[in-house]
Amino acid sequence: MSASFLYALVGIGLFSLSLYGLIVHAHLLRKILALNVMGSSIFLVLVALAKRTNEAPPDAVPHAMVITGIVVAVSATALALTLMLKLTAETGRAELPDDQRESH
Amino acid sequence: MEALTLLAWMFDGLLGLGLLWLAWRALTCPDLFRAIVLFIAFGLLMALAWVRLDAPDVALAEAAIGAGLTGALLMAALAKLHPTETNDNLSVQAEISRPKGRLLQWLPVVALLLVSAGLGYVVLSLPPYVTGLSAEVAANLKTSGVDNPVTAVLLNFRGYDTLLEMVVLLLALLGVWSLGGTELHRDTAPGIVLDTLARVLVPLLILVAAYLLWVGGHAPGGAFQAGAVLGAAGVLLLLAGWRPRVGLMAWPLRLMLVAGPGAFVIIAALLYMIEGQLLEFPTAQAGILILVLETAATVSIGLTLAALFLGGRPRNDKGLT
Repeated sequence: MSASFLYALVGIGLFSLSLYGLIVHAHLLRKILALNVMGSSIFLVLVALAKRTNEAPPDAVPHAMVITGIVVAVSATALALTLMLKLTAETGRAELPDDQRESH
Repeated sequence: MEALTLLAWMFDGLLGLGLLWLAWRALTCPDLFRAIVLFIAFGLLMALAWVRLDAPDVALAEAAIGAGLTGALLMAALAKLHPTETNDNLSVQAEISRPKGRLLQWLPVVALLLVSAGLGYVVLSLPPYVTGLSAEVAANLKTSGVDNPVTAVLLNFRGYDTLLEMVVLLLALLGVWSLGGTELHRDTAPGIVLDTLARVLVPLLILVAAYLLWVGGHAPGGAFQAGAVLGAAGVLLLLAGWRPRVGLMAWPLRLMLVAGPGAFVIIAALLYMIEGQLLEFPTAQAGILILVLETAATVSIGLTLAALFLGGRPRNDKGLT
């Protein structure tokens, strides 16, 4: 096993942790935070696997994809945070309403 | 040599554990403010991991965007979420909701352990050495106009991705503006320390951005990293209470926001008319074309990121006193 597999496994661990956080928490800011950790974990797997080149410089294509991904992630985060703030201003809670509570 | 390898392994192991621990704490810490601080620390450790994985370009982007700007956005959102709290007292306790019943509590844990095991198995079953696309990139690097393979992929080989990414950034900003924005109202003037810091740091950051833009042609750096640094300079200015003049807010701002995607589209159209191919740079002019595109993209990315942080759509003459 080389270092790239170690980091890929760390990435998978991070993915599972963040997926758990995304499922368990109701607060939307926590969900957005979990999504950001999840994005980082996927980037980590991609870049770690790009290093399997045996001493040669790593594959540049996944690196470029990940840089693109980081910029897209921050813009999506900004939009998500604005949506959360608008929802909070509307309902007073930074959570999505439960289905049961909605039906009356 | 043996000891060095062992040391490297220990470092990698500790870094991996540190990442997992920080992520876990950031996801479960009951205090939202601390959770965001932990997330920023997580981003900085991620930047270290990118360096260990020989991805300095990604490390630069992560340090500026993943840790810096995302953290600033989350902090600003938390402050807007509880506008009555003072800055010193932002520690907001948010309930960590747990589903009722033992079965429901353990169901996601078991499911995620299975998912991790499956993903781990898939990763470990991959071949240990592959060349991927690095041979193709190296073979075509000569004709790309730049020496940095990552820049070559971003601006030349996969120019479409970068063009569409610029559009995504613009769409996110349009979304934020369409929602009416959420401007942070602060009545108190920023302290003298922040004001002085901004005055010293912003010119330096602009210089760093220009350097990163230029150096991206042959070393780690490029439009995204430079744009992120420019965006950070904008965030610092906004935090220090600076607001752009009203005259700049109408079409000059919008023109600069679309400069990146606009330059891409114009150059693509011209190349289509001359060469018959979209974004297929002729080798002799590739270097200068990439520099033009990157400069426009840097300005647009920096401004878009700062505008995303500001939130609200800049008001025009009518709305201002």
